[in-house]
Amino acid sequence: MNPEKTEKMSKIDLNRNDMPKQSPEIRRHNFNEVALGYTEELAIKEAKRCLQCKKPKCKTGCPVEIDIPDFISCIVKGDFSAGIKKLKEKNCLPAVCGRVCPQESQCESQCILANKKGEIAIGRLERFLADWEAKQGSVDMPSKAKPTGKKVAVIGSGPAGITVAGDLILLGHEVTIFEALHKAGGVLTYGIPEFRLPKAIVAREVDYVQRLGVKVVTDYVVGKTRSIDELLKEFDAVFVGTGAGLPWFMDIPGENLNGVYSANEYLTRMNLMKGYQFPKSSTPVKRHVRVAVVGGGNVAMDSARTALRMGADEVRIIYRRSHAELPARLEESENAEEEGVIFNMLTLPVRYIGDENGWLTEIECIKMELGEPDASGRRRPIEIPNSNFRIQMDAVVCAIGNSPNPLVPSTTPGLQTTRRGTLVADQETGKTTKERVWAGGDIVTGAATVILAMGAGRKAARSIHKYLEKGKW
Amino acid sequence: MNSIVERRMIVPNMHLLTIEAPDIASKVKPGQFVIVRANDEGERIPLSVADWDEERGTITIVFMEVGASTGALACLDEKDTVSTCVGPLGNETEIGNFGTVVCVGGCYGIASLYPVARALKEAGNKVIMVFEARSSYLIYWVDRYIKLVDRVFNITRDGSLGYKGHITCLPDVIHGLQNPPDRVIVNGCTFLMARASEMTRGLGILTVVNLNPIMIDGTGMCGVCRVTVKGKMKFACVDGPEFSGHEVDWKEFLARRKAYLEEEALFFRRSEPKQAVHKEVKCQYES
Ligand SMILES: Cc1cc2nc3c(=O)[nH]c(=O)nc-3n(C[C@H](O)[C@H](O)[C@H](O)COP(=O)(O)OP(=O)(O)OC[C@H]3O[C@@H](n4cnc5c(N)ncnc54)[C@H](O)[C@@H]3O)c2cc1C
Repeated sequence: MNPEKTEKMSKIDLNRNDMPKQSPEIRRHNFNEVALGYTEELAIKEAKRCLQCKKPKCKTGCPVEIDIPDFISCIVKGDFSAGIKKLKEKNCLPAVCGRVCPQESQCESQCILANKKGEIAIGRLERFLADWEAKQGSVDMPSKAKPTGKKVAVIGSGPAGITVAGDLILLGHEVTIFEALHKAGGVLTYGIPEFRLPKAIVAREVDYVQRLGVKVVTDYVVGKTRSIDELLKEFDAVFVGTGAGLPWFMDIPGENLNGVYSANEYLTRMNLMKGYQFPKSSTPVKRHVRVAVVGGGNVAMDSARTALRMGADEVRIIYRRSHAELPARLEESENAEEEGVIFNMLTLPVRYIGDENGWLTEIECIKMELGEPDASGRRRPIEIPNSNFRIQMDAVVCAIGNSPNPLVPSTTPGLQTTRRGTLVADQETGKTTKERVWAGGDIVTGAATVILAMGAGRKAARSIHKYLEKGKW
Repeated sequence: MNSIVERRMIVPNMHLLTIEAPDIASKVKPGQFVIVRANDEGERIPLSVADWDEERGTITIVFMEVGASTGALACLDEKDTVSTCVGPLGNETEIGNFGTVVCVGGCYGIASLYPVARALKEAGNKVIMVFEARSSYLIYWVDRYIKLVDRVFNITRDGSLGYKGHITCLPDVIHGLQNPPDRVIVNGCTFLMARASEMTRGLGILTVVNLNPIMIDGTGMCGVCRVTVKGKMKFACVDGPEFSGHEVDWKEFLARRKAYLEEEALFFRRSEPKQAVHKEVKCQYES
């Protein structure tokens, strides 16, 4: 190791810096953001721990290859403005990604300090810069290229759609986003709760592309209000970023009892329709006392923690594998546990039982054990015979996954889908099997992550631009 | 967009709104619905499209004021706008030349059946309209139907018009026809559709109902509108809203419809009266 570095290291506290959070006892009763973010001092302190590796592995762990050491060195220098610029070269949604990316399995997992004093808190630093910029009041508006006269329709206003729109408007194209719901933002708006991703942040990103000139048309269901073929008559190119919004159920008895929700319904009622303010808001919600959430991903954690905040006494996560396989971001499962969510691992619901009025009263579960690894590389859960047992519950939220909504594919001749219902699209360009139609995000990958959707949007925007310039598919 | 060009109460507690919605007006088909939010805080509620005018770019909805959200809609006036009006959603009614079709409409269903009856006539069917209501003064659009269909019957609970009694009179109506109908289509409250389906099951006549469950997005995303049809889980918004009334699990459907009755009442107790007078008038079958 070079002597300069050794000296630098000896002077500073090498431990990863915690991010201030609301305490569990308090936060489980409110919908305010849990994590409070680094202060400038903490951010600089954390940034100084970065070894500025010559061959930074963190960067390879990032799906969009953000120049991580570069933006961190800007923080060290206190030049936050340069830092956010660097960040935005690759990621147009840093305030979102800093909060919701699974850093522990991406950039941070590659950090050379990971097995020593703890990996650099890259996500927290990313969030710090984005929040710093927002606090400055005025975000720099980049200059736009001369109008090209070309028109692009973007379907869906999730991270994929917002990215495509933001990139293409700067290149001089006219861009219109069509969104089925009454509010833009995709899952960021209707799915991820306020306490993890404040809606003001999502609104800021949508507002930003609108100020750049993107037209956002809400309450417009492509495939119903207009078909893609009809849009193609008016627009030169169409991008499909409709996400993976079709909830899966388990196909077990009792799933249509009252008190059984899909996570989409439960979270949409709370977030999009502001159910947590009922009866001030007019979408009704139930006050449940005992709530079970089936699944182990981010969606499950969000549902469980929402249930706590809605006043439930007992909230359980029911997951068929073990703790080690939980697909949720580590921070979220830890937060859930701190807040008092009970984890019933290696457990699978097999039947929902209700009363004479059709309301859920009990869940029958079976115990599981782990067998050989399956196709996903995780050990396959196997039922233990005769281990059935029942838990009293008055609500269950099914958070076992989503697949793409068939509405667009089924109304668009020429658009090929896979067996899983995702759209067939080229990885590098986002081109679908239909001329002048691109796609990206969860509609192509199946339910994945914000950063992947954003990255796919970037690539598609590049390809769309190339097409609009050259006129060649 | 979304501004109200006409607003009327057509019979007590039953309201008609004509909304400027050119995109929907140029696309909508019989049997489809829209999702409406009265204001920015409003709940998203599905309402059948009762008529439309492609040239004027308007659609018409008819609804009964039964709770907080329909109450807020009923408070709107001409020139006001609704915050959301999205659609057309759901699949269209199957139209073909079936022969003789009996259309049974009650409550808002009298209105939502109108475009269905019109399309059926255009397709060459003999169409018989059965109005079902608590009393004769709750029946509307009779003049429109008389011009359109081949025969009209009435069933009223108080006997003030036509058959006296419940929808259980439906078999009497059917037996009185020269030939048995080839299909029955029922629109209206859940009880009406469930009971009518019961009545026709024994007669072996295909009976189509247009389900009206609770919905949020109306595009298959939330799954709250799920219903068991022929033992399988279906989403009324994208797989329906029309199903065979003989295949729907009505007990479950009714329970799901009632899921938020308590919360609706809570809203009434807490909400301040607005310009219109709210009366808790319920559809005759809804308890
Ligand atoms: C509760 C929850 C928590 C999550 N947590 C995380 C997390 O912590 N970290 C992470 O990285 N990822 C997380 N994800 C996943 C992440 O949100 C998605 O991968 C990402 O949002 C996908 O972006 P997208 O742009 O492809 O689609 P979406 O965000 O799904 O947006 C699609 C949009 O298209 C609209 N649309 C659909 N059909 C039509 C149509 N026919 N016409 C018009 N509009 C249409 C939809 O209404 C929606 O607004 C989470 C997902 C959920 C549900």
